[in-house]
Amino acid sequence: MTLTDLANPTKFLALTARVLPWLVGATILLFLIGLYQSATAPDDYQQGATVKIMFIHVPNAWLSMLVWAVMSAAALGTLVWRHPLADVAAKAAAPIGAAFTFLALLTGSLWGRPMWGTYWEWDARLTSVLILFLMYLGLMALWRAVEDPSRAARAAAVLTLVGAINLPIIKFSVDWWNTLHQPASVFRMGGSTLDRAFLIPLLVMALAFTLLFVTLHLAAMRNEILRRRVRSLQMMQASQKAA
Amino acid sequence: MSLGSYTSFILASYLAAALVVAILIGWIALDYRNQKRHLRGLEESGVSRRSGRSATEIK
Repeated sequence: MTLTDLANPTKFLALTARVLPWLVGATILLFLIGLYQSATAPDDYQQGATVKIMFIHVPNAWLSMLVWAVMSAAALGTLVWRHPLADVAAKAAAPIGAAFTFLALLTGSLWGRPMWGTYWEWDARLTSVLILFLMYLGLMALWRAVEDPSRAARAAAVLTLVGAINLPIIKFSVDWWNTLHQPASVFRMGGSTLDRAFLIPLLVMALAFTLLFVTLHLAAMRNEILRRRVRSLQMMQASQKAA
Repeated sequence: MSLGSYTSFILASYLAAALVVAILIGWIALDYRNQKRHLRGLEESGVSRRSGRSATEIK
């Protein structure tokens, strides 16, 4: 099956039906390993046991940005190549991205209280992630507000690409402004500053959450294709009744 | 495994993540069931795709 074949929704559904059970299995397995490693990871010398929140918070924070990047690629697919599955992919990803962003904010807040002494601070990193969350909600509202899927897709694609400006702002906010949030400690020039005892569970959990995203995204795309079939059949039924 | 005085913060983080993921999975599973039910209903009422293939066909 080539990439062009996947432009055909029926072939895409067939592929989804084949790979989803494997993805579900791999996701569960990775979560079991990641959660075991997280539970048995040692306490940090400064943060104590709260370091365990990192294994949930950091993967969700990464995914909040990755999902928007995926939606931005899909937005290009909609506007430039008019790929039939591009806006299906973008629309299906938005609620999942919103959920990951919500979890990044919530777990960050729960980590901040014992470490910083506050649940929330209006600094650059936290505020830019909150803006990302609001943009996800805005996109979801836009898709619901416009009835014609192709018109909604174009408007959403433009908004998604404009919103992508926020991604480098989130990433570099800790370098550009004074912030309570710590700077990057995993993906940085000179290598990770994290000890292997924390880095390995973190990467396993990040992979587990990424596979979870892929699994849920494929399932949500399948639902969206079926929803569009329902809509077109309902329109055919209405026109048959009118004739 | 001892979580010390931070137990409530750590447990709240893991429980919130589990709850949000469970809601996402449940919502997607319910949506799939609803779309399949709509498609079956439309097919039973005699509406069919232009290709002639079943609307619920995914293989």
